[in-house]
Formats: sequence, C-alpha cells, structure tokens
Amino acid sequence: MSTALQRQQARVGWAFVSPAVLLIGVFFFVPVLAGLLLSLTDFDLYALGTPEVVRFVGLHNYGATLAGQAFWNALRNTLYFAFAGGPLLVLVSLGAALLLHAKLVRGRTFFRTVYFAPVVTTLVAVAIVWRYLYHPRYGLLNLVLGWFGLGPVDWLGDPHWSMPGIIFLSVWKNFGYNMLIFIAGLQNIPEERYEAAAIDGAGAWQRFWHVTVPGLAPISLFVGVTAMINAFQIFTEPYVMTQGGPLRSTTSLVLLMYEEGFRWWRMGAAAAIAFLLFLVTLAWTLVQLRLQRSKG
Amino acid sequence: MKRRTVQSLALHTAILLGAAVAATPLVWMVSASLMPAGDANSFPPPFLPRRVTFEHYVTILTRLDLAWNFLNSAIVTVTGTLLSVVFNGLAGYAFAKLVFPGRERLFRGLTLALVIPAQVGMLPLFLLLREMGVVNTYAGVVVPYLASVFGIFMVRQYVVGVPDDLLHAARVDGAGEFQLFTRIVVPVIQPILVTLAAFTFLSAWNDFMWPLIVLSDARNYTLPVALANLVGEHVQDTELMMAGSVLTILPAMVVFLLFQRAYVRGILAGSVKG
Repeated sequence: MSTALQRQQARVGWAFVSPAVLLIGVFFFVPVLAGLLLSLTDFDLYALGTPEVVRFVGLHNYGATLAGQAFWNALRNTLYFAFAGGPLLVLVSLGAALLLHAKLVRGRTFFRTVYFAPVVTTLVAVAIVWRYLYHPRYGLLNLVLGWFGLGPVDWLGDPHWSMPGIIFLSVWKNFGYNMLIFIAGLQNIPEERYEAAAIDGAGAWQRFWHVTVPGLAPISLFVGVTAMINAFQIFTEPYVMTQGGPLRSTTSLVLLMYEEGFRWWRMGAAAAIAFLLFLVTLAWTLVQLRLQRSKG
Repeated sequence: MKRRTVQSLALHTAILLGAAVAATPLVWMVSASLMPAGDANSFPPPFLPRRVTFEHYVTILTRLDLAWNFLNSAIVTVTGTLLSVVFNGLAGYAFAKLVFPGRERLFRGLTLALVIPAQVGMLPLFLLLREMGVVNTYAGVVVPYLASVFGIFMVRQYVVGVPDDLLHAARVDGAGEFQLFTRIVVPVIQPILVTLAAFTFLSAWNDFMWPLIVLSDARNYTLPVALANLVGEHVQDTELMMAGSVLTILPAMVVFLLFQRAYVRGILAGSVKG
C-alpha cells in the first residue's frame, strides 16, 4: 500500500472512531477521574450554587465514611446480596440450562422463551409487581406457602426476610440470561466425551462431574464474575421495593451513594462511597480470577 | 423403556414447574391490571379477574399522564438506539479494518471502561451536564447511551470476520471510504447492527438510575421513573399499578419477541466467543 493511501486510511480511521471515543472519553473517563477528585473535596449543596466555596479536604471523606455506621451497614447488605444471591443465581441458571438441554425435552424453544421473558422486562415494573406478590395478606406467595402449611411471612416488612425477598426477585429476573450462556456452553461440549465416559462405565452423576463441569469451566468463570460485578451494583430493587428498609436492612452501597449524593447533595462523600464500591468490586474480581487459576 | 418414561415425566414436571415460576408474576400482573378496583386486595387473593375492565389503563394514560411519559421514553430510547448504532458501528468497523497509528493502544484503553462501575462517574457526569445546561432534558438522558465499549466490541468482533478482499475490490473500483462503509460494509454487517440496536433499545427503555438522577420534572420522566414515583402515592391501587407495569413492560417485550434471534446472538457474542 502506498504511503498516500496509508495516510488517507489513517485519517479515515481516526474520523470513524472519534465520535464514539470522544463520547466515551468526555462522558465516562473524564467523569470517573473527576469523581476521584470530587471524593477529595467537601462538595455539597452550597457548592452547587457557588462552586468557589469547594475546599480540598484530602482523605477526609474516606475517613469519615469508614468511621460511620452507614457505610459498614450498606457494605454488609451488599455483600449479603452478592454472596447469597450471586451463587444462587449461577446455580439456578445452570439448573435451568441442564433441564432445557436434556435430550428428552419437548417444546424446548417455547420453554426457553418463557424462562427468558423476565430478563427483558423493566426492572422497576417487576419490582413493583413483586411488592404485591410479597404482600403479607394479599400476596400470592404467602397463599402458595399456606398450601404447604408455611408462613405467612412479612417479606418486605421484616428485616430478616427483606434481603432474601430482594434476592428471590433478582434471581427470577436474571437467571434466563446466564441460562442461555450455559446452554451454549453445553452445546459446545463434544458428544464423544460423554460417549467415551459412558464406555468407561461412568454413571450419569459421574458424567456430570467429569465431563459437563470441566467443559463449562471457562463459561462458569465468566458468568460468576459478571454475576458478582452486577450484584455489587444493586440499586433499583431496594429503591423501589423497600426504600432501603426496614431498619436499613436493604440499603446497598449504591443506594447509600445515591442518597448521599442526590438526596442530601453531599457529593464529595458520595464520590468516596462510589470509589470504595469500585475497590470492593475490583478486589473480589481479582480474587475470583485467582481462585479459578489455582483450580485450573 | 419404562425407566425412560419415568425420567421423561420427572423432567417435564420440573420444566413445567420452572415455567410456572417464571411466568406467574407476569401473568398475574396482566390479570390484576384487568380487575375492578379493589379486587386484587381481597382474601384469598384472586388469580383471574371476576370481570374484565380496562378502566385502569384509561386512568393511567389520561388522568395520570403516563401517555406523556411513554412518549418521553420512546423518544429517548429511539434516539439513543439510532445514534448508538451509527457511532458504535463506525468505531467497531474502524477498529477492525482500518489501519491507523495508536489503534491498538486506544482500543486497550477503552477496555478499561469494562471494569469500572458506571456509578463511579455518575456524580461528576451529573455536574458536567448541569454546566452544559442539559439536566432535565432528553439530551441529558440520552448521553450515556450514545456510545459504549460493549457495543464497539460487539461490532468489531463481527467485522473481523468480513473478508478483506471484499474491501480491496471496492477500493480498486474507486469507492471512497465512507461510501465503502455505507454501500459494502453495512449490508454485510447488518445482523450485528440489528443485535446492537436490540440491546441498546432494551437497556435504554428499561434504564432507571440514570434518568432518575438527571430528570427533575415529573413531566419529563421516562416511564420507569414515572412508575416508581407513582407507586409512592398509589401503593393501595394494586390494579392501577399493574396497568402501569404492563404498559412499561409491553414495548420491551414486543421488541424482544420481534428481534429474539438477534438479541440472543448478542448475549452469546459477549460471553462464549469473547
């Protein structure tokens, strides 16, 4: 290729990527860096009107956040949601995938669409629907539990049940997504491996452990990591269903950040919470990748 | 043979149970939205309406102005979707097929965005848009949807598979680079652009946190924000709230059913192959 042509292609290349790159740069990377600076200031309601009053306060916001109860409570709730809800989500997704992948199943496409339907719904809308399903007296869930002699449970009104309630909604809403990924993974495992294992005398359970599980390992890592990253960012479910209650039992880190930043306009403090969330997410993602490597 | 029948029976029972769990909340939502006011709050809770009425849909669209919020959502979502296809499409193609200095470094830089939670940038983004005077406008809502690293990835991955010969032939014929893109590349990569459009549409339509932050007037709210606001005053009106939920979910469901294949392709592109 001649240099004139090369130069022209370079110009066109830059021209084609620049709108997207500029948008992502100006509206994502710059705000992220600005967020780091913001977390080192006392930006608050007054600063919104008169930005001159903003002062640099060093790590004060981090110190104050880590010294207060609200942050640790929100962190505990977020970890509860992530470490109970994340694995449950992966297991339910895998279970659904195994069911629909079985050879005997009829109407597979239909069931796959039904299982997937909750994924495409609007989270706000289904969170409201589940609020009513969880109603202690008129909710369908307690009615069904009653058939088995269980309950009634005051799902969203009892601090012990509020987080499980949010987890169940979240698993219901999201399992279809990971299910599709697992189904694709199952389809990629060569049939011969199962046949070879069967010839070696492996039963169904052994075939599952020695063929299916290793065959799904790379996909499980992806699903596990994304499930946890998403879980750490939980916001809409508690905002709509419980407003963080009862007794702050469902206030997540992002909900706390939202309240600090956009309800009380303590944006410096809120930015510090956002960065702490980032660190927690990053730390756990690295742990997960490390765990996987030491296993494989 | 008998053992197979038992297995099949157990399997199908499990699948049907799963389908019931997946579908019941949505079926009940539709059913309750058609019940006369107050019926859903009786004991034992009814599953089907005693008498079908559409009054809640009328109330919600007219008296409660949700038609207006529906329009806001539609404008924001459609604009965001169209522009994101243009911007991510151009960038994804260039990252895959056009040689320019700094390309690899720029691309690696963009991947950083994938590990940073969006919330980290939201506070300064709000302040930035406030300075630009677009808080509480459509433009303010749409900004984060316009370009995404995920979208660029998706397109790039697909374009890599397009044979270079096709592009060379067009260049030899004297096509300009932009013409080449619109006449030759776009028709070939159309499937992934449809996938990208379906993805952006659904995530923009269903988005909650960002429009909640950037919009301050009830009249400008998108549908999910309006709905979350409504439940504050109308929490006792179960049937009314269910009508609002149906109205919010319906467009997303329709788009999904129309573009199911394309959407599923996107999920798999982002995981199995990537």
